[in-house]
Amino acid sequence: MEHLYEMLKQVDGYIYPNEIELHWGILIVLYPYITGLVAGAFILASLERVFKIKVLRPTYHLALLTALAFLLVAILPLVTHLGHPFRAYEIMTTPHLQSAMAIFGFVYLWYLMVVLLLEIWFDYRRDLVLWAEQSTGIKRRLYKILTLGVTDLSPKTIAWDEKLGFIVTVVGIPSAFLLHGYVGFIFGSIKANPWWSSVLMPVIFLLSAMVSGIAMVMFLYMVVSRIRKVKIDMPCLDEIGKFLFMVLILDFTLESLDQVHRIYEAEESFEILHMLVNGKLNITLFIMQGLVGTIIPLAILGFFRIHLPKEKIRKPLYMLSGLMVLVGVFFMRWNVVIGGQLFSKSFLGFTNFKLGMIGAEGYLMAIFWLVLPFCILSFFLWLVPPWKKHAEAELTE
Amino acid sequence: MPPQLKTLLPVLAVFICIFLVARHFLIPDSFGKYGHYRANSMDEIAALPAHHIGKAACMDCHDTEAAKLNSDLHSGLTCEVCHGPGWQHMDDPEKNKLSKPGTREFCGKCHDMNPARRTSVIHQIDIKTHNIDRANCIDCHNPHAVWEMKD
Ligand code: HEC
Ligand code: HEC
Ligand code: HEC
Ligand code: HEC
Repeated sequence: MEHLYEMLKQVDGYIYPNEIELHWGILIVLYPYITGLVAGAFILASLERVFKIKVLRPTYHLALLTALAFLLVAILPLVTHLGHPFRAYEIMTTPHLQSAMAIFGFVYLWYLMVVLLLEIWFDYRRDLVLWAEQSTGIKRRLYKILTLGVTDLSPKTIAWDEKLGFIVTVVGIPSAFLLHGYVGFIFGSIKANPWWSSVLMPVIFLLSAMVSGIAMVMFLYMVVSRIRKVKIDMPCLDEIGKFLFMVLILDFTLESLDQVHRIYEAEESFEILHMLVNGKLNITLFIMQGLVGTIIPLAILGFFRIHLPKEKIRKPLYMLSGLMVLVGVFFMRWNVVIGGQLFSKSFLGFTNFKLGMIGAEGYLMAIFWLVLPFCILSFFLWLVPPWKKHAEAELTE
Repeated sequence: MPPQLKTLLPVLAVFICIFLVARHFLIPDSFGKYGHYRANSMDEIAALPAHHIGKAACMDCHDTEAAKLNSDLHSGLTCEVCHGPGWQHMDDPEKNKLSKPGTREFCGKCHDMNPARRTSVIHQIDIKTHNIDRANCIDCHNPHAVWEMKD
């Protein structure tokens, strides 16, 4: 056991003993980040489906599959952090009904099973049946299993696919809001922590989730198009850029509002938060989250609203702003999760956070969980490629 | 009814049934006896070795140091706050030695100037300037009886 005095070296000022070591490390930063990507990607997909924004069609399936790939991984950083994978199911078998975190298990399951899987299934069922007929071997068997034995391709049944899928999407939008609003709520409802405790937290989390999800789909769409060597659908990309711009403005406004409110109220915690923001969070907040993640992408995307340059210039700039937004939102999560634990709740001192490389809480582990969704997505794109879906016309023949 | 639902609803029902059956078997016997946790875990936790064994345990073997400590201003401190956890030492003192830190740095953890700490609660000196002609604090102060000075 490490002697307490060794650890006191990382402390400035006065701090309670249980605050010296950060309980939540980089894996807890990843958890809201990945969950946010899911919610954001899904909301982008539903823009096409429910709000009938047809230009977004080329990214619809990609967005859904992205949401699924990230959702499958979303809880794994949590499980790793808790360190008892064999007890993880207990959150479902004996949930504590008054605990916000315990109910997350059900919110997650609802979203995975009832919303995402169902929507994708309705959407792909016809193609699964056709693919099963066309392919051989293992793939054929896989497609067959995925149809769940519903191989009826009569126009009436296919119309039902459409109708039921639509209903699921409509249910899915509030569910996606719930899923990520919930993550924000878990932080926002911790009243002992003035950096977290804010009613705006769920909304801010939700908006930054949408920002990151949209940016992720934009980025993936460009990468996938490049790998497939097909032309990028520029009207679609412009439309995504437009939405990204709009949500980014909203997100920026609300986050600023939250801070302005804090500064103006200047409660007793203000002084320590002021020191936190100007000290330990200086770079991650002002440079990474503010400048890189918000101001520069806003400037680029805003400029495109006034004047659309040539395709050749737009494409790399979209790519750049997408990536910058993704980095920015990651650091937003970082600033919330890590920042909230760096200062003492006595408001009199600070501790330090050292990010290790190896071990369950190291950054190699974090990178692993961040890369895994891309591998899962590649598998999905191989198994059920959106671009090989059968066009409506083929069906009526 | 659309054929999709004819399949999905039974699948859902089967899923829920499996969940309920699994839940029945997975919940431990003693769960909920006292509260929202497994009551048997209390005994398991109680059986874990304690790392800090407390002043009274040290006193059994080190009554002179204990008497010294209690005679002066450090009487409020426990032994292990300075010497570290003593559970292994107690079982085999020869093999498991405890640390005896008396350096400026160590005493400074509690006594160094710190504006966030009130001087009325703990007296503070600047470890960089306070009597620097001797290297360590315990070259003058006796750690157990702090006002018993060495010349
Ligand atoms: C079972 C009797 C016993 C108990 C209980 C015990 N000690 Fe000891 N301790 C000893 C003995 C014997 C030695 C001498 C060992 C040696 O010199 O090799 C010793 C030595 C020490 C030393 C000096 C080590 C050195 O390197 O010179 C310290 C400090 C010490 N004990 C602290 C403690 C503290 C603090 C506790 C309570 C947590 C404690 N002891 C409990 C028997 C005990
Ligand atoms: C303020 C910190 C502090 C506390 C509290 C403290 N000690 Fe010590 N103790 C020391 C230091 C420093 C030394 C080394 C003294 C030296 O080397 O001259 C020491 C030395 C010892 C020794 C070795 C004595 C020797 O002659 O080598 C024993 C045994 C011991 N302490 C036991 C205890 C016990 C038992 C208690 C609790 C009743 C206790 N100490 C509380 C700091 C402390
Ligand atoms: C765990 C914290 C702690 C450590 C470590 C500690 N002390 Fe103390 N010390 C105290 C407390 C508490 C008091 C009693 C309150 C006071 O008067 O400051 C005290 C009192 C004193 C005093 C008397 C101050 C007065 O008011 O007359 C001296 C001298 C002193 N300690 C020296 C030391 C030395 C030398 C060491 C290193 C061996 C040391 N202390 C390590 C907590 C500590
Ligand atoms: C050269 C001997 C010497 C050394 C070394 C020494 N002290 Fe002192 N210390 C004294 C004397 C003498 C006094 C009383 C006069 C004074 O207040 O300066 C004293 C006073 C104190 C007081 C009480 C101050 C107050 O406000 O009443 C504390 C606390 C203290 N020492 C802690 C320490 C600590 C901690 C160290 C190691 C960093 C240390 N001393 C090293 C000799 C020493």
